[in-house]
Amino acid sequence: MKDLSLFATLSTLGAMLAIAVGVILPAYAMGRAISQALDALARQPEAEKSILRALFIGLAMIESLAIYVLVIVMIVLFRNPLLEYLLK
Amino acid sequence: MNSAVILWRIGPFGLSSTVLTTWLLMAVLTLASFIATRRLRVDPDRWQSLLEGVVLAMQDAIEAFLPGRSAGFVPFIGTLWLYLVAANLVGLVPELHSPTAQLSVTTGLALVVFLASHWYGIRNDGLGPYLRHYLRPNPLLLPFNLISELTRTLALAIRLFGNMMSLELAALLMLLVAGLLVPVPLLLLHVVEALVQAWLFGMLALVYIAGGIESQPHSHGAHAP
Repeated sequence: MKDLSLFATLSTLGAMLAIAVGVILPAYAMGRAISQALDALARQPEAEKSILRALFIGLAMIESLAIYVLVIVMIVLFRNPLLEYLLK
Repeated sequence: MNSAVILWRIGPFGLSSTVLTTWLLMAVLTLASFIATRRLRVDPDRWQSLLEGVVLAMQDAIEAFLPGRSAGFVPFIGTLWLYLVAANLVGLVPELHSPTAQLSVTTGLALVVFLASHWYGIRNDGLGPYLRHYLRPNPLLLPFNLISELTRTLALAIRLFGNMMSLELAALLMLLVAGLLVPVPLLLLHVVEALVQAWLFGMLALVYIAGGIESQPHSHGAHAP
């Protein structure tokens, strides 16, 4: 029982830490990408279409990093495969 | 993280709600376009103008990406776009869930894109030259090229699944914590995100296919009209 409560505490803590770090870094990357894109847009407004297309593809790729973290956190919280060994 | 609900069981095969929703979407899309294109006219009515606008917008988007060679890709990418927009948005209808919130559906779509990129590449360049692009820029990079083929397919599947699943889950959590009508702003975000993710899936498929084609240095001069 003690093992199980320790396991629950640790996995919750780990999940919160993971989602925190996993959101901060993509947010920083997105901020950099947007600021660079705005810079490029201010320099060359006529290239708006291609800049915005590249920006959106890049943003979505960065965003998917945060989504990977979310998927891993979900697995840790709800379907942790290591729990089987503990319950046996 | 919830697995699909099995509605009927025929022998070893279960008919899940995901498959049923997909069939429903296919039927609605096919029937709508059949009815709208039954009487095509030079002076179009409302529905024909709508469909023409959609098709033209998709053609323009693909044409901007692959100038002069878009014709072969419009059916594939356009089908992906139409299906994904419908599949992502159908989660907003009560009692229905997005098929794309299931990992198996998005994995299937990503596998289709994976196979299509090879098919387009081989058809465009021939088998030998296409396989040789894995050795470029240096044969030492062959393992990295192979791994990137696999990881980008996996990423394509996980990205769509993660986005759709997390949006549904976030709305559900808000409903549990806060109560009725509070998740409505989140559902509005769902609309935006569903459209963006559908667009992105097709766009990335296009990027991968174009990467297989444009790996050929000789084919650059050939397509100029």
